[in-house]
Amino acid sequence: MSDPGSVSGGAGLEASAAAGVDQASHVDDSSQKQRKPRSLWSDAWGELRRKPTFIISLVIIAVIVLMAIWPTLFTSVDPRAADLDKSLQAPSGDAWFGYDLQGYDVYARAMHGARASLLVGIFATVLTVLIGSIIGIIAGYAKTWLDSVLSRFADIFAGIPFVLGAIVILTTLNAPTENPGVARIITQVVLSIAVLSWPVAMRIMRSATLVAKQQDYVKAARGLGASPLRIVFRHLLPNTVAPVLVYATIALGAFIGAEATLAFLGIGLRPPVVSWGVMISESRDYFQSAPHMLLFPAGFVTITVLAFVMLGDAVRDALDPKSR
Amino acid sequence: MEFRTRDGVAKVLNGVSYHVSAGETLAVLGESGSGKSVTAQTIMGILDTPPGFITNGTIKFRGEDLLTKSADERREVRGEGIAMIFQDALSALNPVFTVGFQIEEQLKVRRGMSKADARKRAVELLDQVKIPNAKGRVSDYPHQFSGGMRQRAMIAMSLALDPELLIADEPTTALDVTVQAQIMDLLAEIQKERDMGMILITHDLGVVADVADRISVMYAGRIVEHADVYELFRAPGHPYTESLLESLPRVDLRGQELKTIKGLPPSLTNIPPGCPFNPRCPRVFDRCVTEVPAVHNLGMGRTSRCHIAEEVVARD
Repeated sequence: MSDPGSVSGGAGLEASAAAGVDQASHVDDSSQKQRKPRSLWSDAWGELRRKPTFIISLVIIAVIVLMAIWPTLFTSVDPRAADLDKSLQAPSGDAWFGYDLQGYDVYARAMHGARASLLVGIFATVLTVLIGSIIGIIAGYAKTWLDSVLSRFADIFAGIPFVLGAIVILTTLNAPTENPGVARIITQVVLSIAVLSWPVAMRIMRSATLVAKQQDYVKAARGLGASPLRIVFRHLLPNTVAPVLVYATIALGAFIGAEATLAFLGIGLRPPVVSWGVMISESRDYFQSAPHMLLFPAGFVTITVLAFVMLGDAVRDALDPKSR
Repeated sequence: MEFRTRDGVAKVLNGVSYHVSAGETLAVLGESGSGKSVTAQTIMGILDTPPGFITNGTIKFRGEDLLTKSADERREVRGEGIAMIFQDALSALNPVFTVGFQIEEQLKVRRGMSKADARKRAVELLDQVKIPNAKGRVSDYPHQFSGGMRQRAMIAMSLALDPELLIADEPTTALDVTVQAQIMDLLAEIQKERDMGMILITHDLGVVADVADRISVMYAGRIVEHADVYELFRAPGHPYTESLLESLPRVDLRGQELKTIKGLPPSLTNIPPGCPFNPRCPRVFDRCVTEVPAVHNLGMGRTSRCHIAEEVVARD
């Protein structure tokens, strides 16, 4: 190839570049077609598409999401239409999941309950991951004293047992006698889950950042004059986000379970909100006489949690190049 | 500026001091752990503090001391004034971005170029470092490049802001011999074209002989000899350099056992008293163990930190 630096005008440069293209296309025509930009993400996607656990979990999650968005697709029965005549009736052709104490259709309520459960799960996950990631990446990149302060701060929250912490927070916020509104109680449940869970995301992000910041490309970016903010959010974040994403998928399932736990204890979502947790909580006194009241909503929670855990596992395997 | 001169005087580590002018190549030669890369990273200001602290000294660039500047002012110099090439291009390129993006980013941020202009310039730069089919490869990821191509891409990246001084930290160590030669030729060519100063950090005497104008030989965190490249190869002025040259494989001494320097370089936390090279020096005598040798001026810009530098250079 000619000496490109000695070319004075842009036209010459383009000509030589074009010549290069020509030349290369003659040399290997075949590889031109197969070669498409493949990143970590597209590699992971290719890997995932061939994984049965991923497909299964994705289908389950898709159905549940659909349920949360349009519950009326699955049932035409009003979840708040009580018929006391049918109280505690077992499952039948009429009502597949039977009726609960108030004579509500359990199937209809399970379909409508997906929304509240999923909302709590999604919001709590987003909040947990956001808080955890930001603090984690700062702690991981920062100088040692700030890292120590942030890490100890996270340790304080990590040290609080989840259920105990949530009971304390939610009972403090709501006096036993009052009945908080729907939006308020959802917000409170989401916040208390996030406040008690962010240290996990923070630790994952921090350790990923500690590894990534040793890489030469961080030094190279600094060496080319990139600002610290740019390095952290532009260069580090894409390299550290994978393990946190994996945690997020698993956490989403866990948080749906946490919603059920808190509702069962009577401090989380509560009627008139319809959620799986609320349904389990309502079945509390009738396990023996009407087990269907417990089994169906509990089954939905279990399957949803399982689907997200399976998804998280599959994503983790796909994003870890060493597991291939 | 009319005068594109930059005189950098770095006095880090243990009295390390060198300077580079426009269009000149200084080779910093030394074995692993002699402080070559640390010096380079100190100049760039990308050494982590802690653990690295600069206790005293100056780093002058375009006549101004970089160490007295604010962090933001120093950041301005990086990329535009001084750029650096790393040894392992695979780890020095961000795996999640395309090669093109990594070149374009600087142009967009520092030069305010539009996306299309930056892409055009990135292709030009890749073309300048002789990546075939630059237009097609600009949107490839680093792992899709071969080792030599990655190093070329790395060079293109460091040239994007037209630096006046390029620090190449063992740019060919991770490559095989034929590719090494290509990369060194490329660097030499680009340097000539752009009239850039270059600091070439290496432990490879062969690389040095081809490209460098002057050589600084480092040992245990200090410069033991500094000389013009021809002078150094003709008559080394320090026993360490002498031993290094003797340990090169030579065609005319085929079949004989290769000479080596016995022993290991001293740990930098425990440098022996006197001359740091004294435990391994073939010319050691009593003064070496007690007295740190002063810098001996051997004329023609040559210096050596040896008590008997004059004797060594005279090949006695």
